[in-house]
Amino acid sequence: MIQFDMRYIWLIPLLPAIGAAINGLLGIRYFSRKMAGAIACTTMTLALGVSLYAFWQLLGLPNEARAFDVVVAQWIPSIPLATRGGIGMFQAPWGFRLDPLSGMMILVVTGIGTLIHVYSTAYMHDEPRAGVARFFCYLNLFCFFMLMLVLGNNFLVMFVGWEGVGLCSYLLIGYWYEKKSAADAGKKAFITNRIGDWGFVLGVFLIYSTFGTLDFRAVQNAAAMMPVETMHFGVLSFICLFLFVGATGKSAQIPLYVWLPDAMEGPTPVSALIHAATMVTAGVYMLGRNAVLFSHAPYVMTIVAFVGVLTALMAATIGLVQYDIKRVLAYSTVSQLGYMFTAMGVGAFSAGAFHLMTHAFFKALLFLGSGSVIHAMAGEQDMRKMGGLKKHLPVTFATMMIGTLAIAGIFPLAGFFSKDEILFRAFVANKAIWVLAVITAFMTAFYMYRLMSMTFFGGYHGPAWDADPHAHAGAHDDSHGHGPWHGPHESPTPMTFPLMALAVGAIVAGFVGIPAAIGGGNSIEKFLEPSFTAQEVRLKPDTSLQADLAEHEESHVSVNVERGLMVFSLAVAIIGILLARKFYVTSPEISDRLADQWAGPHRVLSNKYYVDEAYDATVISGTFGAGRGLWTFDRRVVDGVVNGSGWFTIVSAWFSGLADRTVVDGLVNLVGRICEEGSFWFRKLQTGLVQNYAMWMLAGIFAFVSIYLFMR
Amino acid sequence: MITPTHYMLLSAALFIIGVVGVMVRRNIIIIFMSIELILNAVNINLVTFSYQLHNLVGQVFAIFVIAVAAAEAAVGLGIILAFYRNKESVNIDEMNLMRW
Repeated sequence: MIQFDMRYIWLIPLLPAIGAAINGLLGIRYFSRKMAGAIACTTMTLALGVSLYAFWQLLGLPNEARAFDVVVAQWIPSIPLATRGGIGMFQAPWGFRLDPLSGMMILVVTGIGTLIHVYSTAYMHDEPRAGVARFFCYLNLFCFFMLMLVLGNNFLVMFVGWEGVGLCSYLLIGYWYEKKSAADAGKKAFITNRIGDWGFVLGVFLIYSTFGTLDFRAVQNAAAMMPVETMHFGVLSFICLFLFVGATGKSAQIPLYVWLPDAMEGPTPVSALIHAATMVTAGVYMLGRNAVLFSHAPYVMTIVAFVGVLTALMAATIGLVQYDIKRVLAYSTVSQLGYMFTAMGVGAFSAGAFHLMTHAFFKALLFLGSGSVIHAMAGEQDMRKMGGLKKHLPVTFATMMIGTLAIAGIFPLAGFFSKDEILFRAFVANKAIWVLAVITAFMTAFYMYRLMSMTFFGGYHGPAWDADPHAHAGAHDDSHGHGPWHGPHESPTPMTFPLMALAVGAIVAGFVGIPAAIGGGNSIEKFLEPSFTAQEVRLKPDTSLQADLAEHEESHVSVNVERGLMVFSLAVAIIGILLARKFYVTSPEISDRLADQWAGPHRVLSNKYYVDEAYDATVISGTFGAGRGLWTFDRRVVDGVVNGSGWFTIVSAWFSGLADRTVVDGLVNLVGRICEEGSFWFRKLQTGLVQNYAMWMLAGIFAFVSIYLFMR
Repeated sequence: MITPTHYMLLSAALFIIGVVGVMVRRNIIIIFMSIELILNAVNINLVTFSYQLHNLVGQVFAIFVIAVAAAEAAVGLGIILAFYRNKESVNIDEMNLMRW
C-alpha cells in the first residue's frame, strides 16, 4: 500500500513543469500579475503537499528499506556500446528515486521554493505584467529541473536536471536583460557552469565505461566491490575528480566560483532560491549521491576537503569588505558551500547534507530579508547608504537577526549544530582543515554582523524622503510601490510571511541533528546514512568500508573534546559578533582607521583578489587570442586557398576566352566571309527576268545537244 | 508530194517562232501563246513519225500533250489574271519579286 503511494513521486517535478508550461504558453500573453503568481504558487504548493506525503510515507518504512525507485518510461532504449569490460547495453529510463537524501532535498526545494514563490508575488509587483509571468515561468521551470536533479535515479536524468537548472539560472540572472551587467552576469554564469559540466559529463562517460550502467544503485554496488584506492590514483579517483570538477562549477568552488557573486544581478528571490538555497547545493548533493565512489577515492576526498575549506576562507575574507548587501551574502554563500565540501571531503557526508539543509533555511531567509531591505530602499543595494533601518523594518530586522545568528553558529540555532558537526569531523580528520574552518567561522560571524550593523543599526545614511505621514501611510496600501518614494517601509505580508516561516526554520531545523555529545539523537545522520552506503555493504557488515567505519569509531575522540570544540566555536562566533559590533556600531571610526592602516590588503580584498582580472588576463584573453589567431589563419590560409583557386580560374578563363575569340570565332567568320564574297558574283545571275533565265536554259540545252550530236 | 521532211520543216519553223517569241516579247499573253506554238510544233513531229512508222503511240502521245496544254493554259491564265489584278500590267519585266 505504501509502495503504491510512492509510485506517484514523479508528480513532484511534473507539477511545477505544468505551472511553467501554463505561464509560459498562456501567461506571458494573457495573465494578470496575480493570475501568473497564483498559478506558480499553486503548483508549488501542490508539489510541496505531494513531497510531504511521500516523505511521511518514507519515514513509515524501516530504516534499511527507505529507498524507492519508480520508472515512468523508457528514455533511451538499449544500445550496444563498448565499455571497459566488453560490449555493454547502454540504456536509461526516466527513473525517479526517493531515498532519505532525495527526500530531504525535495522538502528543501519544494518548501523553500513555495515560500519564495509567495515572496516573489509581492517582490515582483512593480514589474511589467508580461515580465511577471515570464519570471514565474522560469521560476517554476527551475523547480522542475531541480526536482528532476534530486529525484533522478540515474546519472542521465540527473544530468537533465543539472543542465536545466543551469539554463534557468542563466535565464533568471539575465531577467533584466536590457541591463548590460545582468546580461553579462547571465552569460558568465552559464559559461562558467559549462566548464564544470564538461567535467561532469566526462565523469559520467567514465562511469559508463567502467561499470556499464548509469543507475546510481548499480554503480554504488559495483563500486563498493572495488578496492579503496589508497595507494594509487585509479579509475575511481578519476571519476570522482571529474565529478568534482562538475561540482565546482555548479556549486561555485575554487576555481569556478567567480560567477556566483555576479549572479546577484538577478532579482533577489532568484538569488535566494537558486543562488543560495537550492541550485548551488546541487554539487554537494551530487557528491553525497556518489558517496560510495568518493569513499573509495581518498586522494580526491583530500582535494575536495582542501578546495572546500580554501573556498570558504577566501570567500569569507572577500565578504569582510564588500559594501553591496547582496554581494556580502553571495560570498557568504560561496563560503558556506565551501564548508559543505569540506564536510564531504572529510567523509562527513551526512554532516555536509545537514549543513546543506540548515543553510538553505537561513541563507534563503537572509537573501529574502536583504530583498525586503532593497525593496524598502527602492532598489538601493549599497550598505553605506543604509543604516538605522531597525525601526522602519521591524519584522525584517528580527528575522534577519535570527538568520545572522544561525549562520554565525550561535546555540541553539540551526547553523550551530550543522557547522559544529562539520568542524568536529574536520578536527578528527585533519587539524589544518579545522584551523582554516574555524578562522572562516570567525569571519562569518564578523561579516554577517557587519552587514546587520551597517544596515539596521547606527544612523541613517540614505537619501531623504518626503516625511508626510499621510503619504507614507498611503504607500502601505494597494498603491504600494508606486509613485514617489516615501522612505523605508516594512514590506507587505506576502514578503514578511516567508521571512517569518524561514526564521522558524532557521531556529528549529538544527534540532534534527543534535549530536550525541550533548544528549541529542543526531537523528539526521542515522536517517541519511543509508543513502551514503552501498546496498551490499549494508547487508554484509564486514566489508572494507564498514571496517573503516569501525576503526573510525575506535579513534573517536572523547565526548569531552567534542563538547570543548563546541564551546570553542561558539566562543569564536561570539567574539566575531562582538568585534563587528565594536567596529561598526559602538565606534565606527576603528574600521575606517584599520582600512587606512591596511590599505594594501584592503584593496586586494575589495577587488576580490583580482581573480576576475586574472581570469580576464589568462583564460579569457587566451581564448580570445586563440580565436583571433584562428581567424588570422582563416583569413590568410583558408581564404588564400579559396582566393587563389578563384584567381587561377579567372586567368585560365581569360586564355580560354582568347582561344574562343580567335580560333573558333575566326573559323566561323571565315566561312561566312567566303560565302559572302562568293555570292557577290553569283547573285548577279538572279536578275529576276524570266526571259533571261529562259535564254540561259536555251543556251544550256543547245550546248548539251551540240555535245551529244558532235562529240559522239 | 508532201514528204515527212516537209512536216518536219514546218514543225521546226513553228518551234523557232515559238522560242523567239518567248525570248523577245514582253507581253505575258504573247509569251503564253508562243509556248502553245512550241507545244504544237512538237505535236506535229509526233504525228508525223507516227504516220511514217505505222505506230499509233505517237498519236496517243500527241493527244496527251494537247490535254496537258489545255490544263496548262487554264493554270497559266489564272496566274496571269492574278498578276494583272495586283500590278495592273502584263509586262513580264515587272515579274521580278523572286530576285535577290
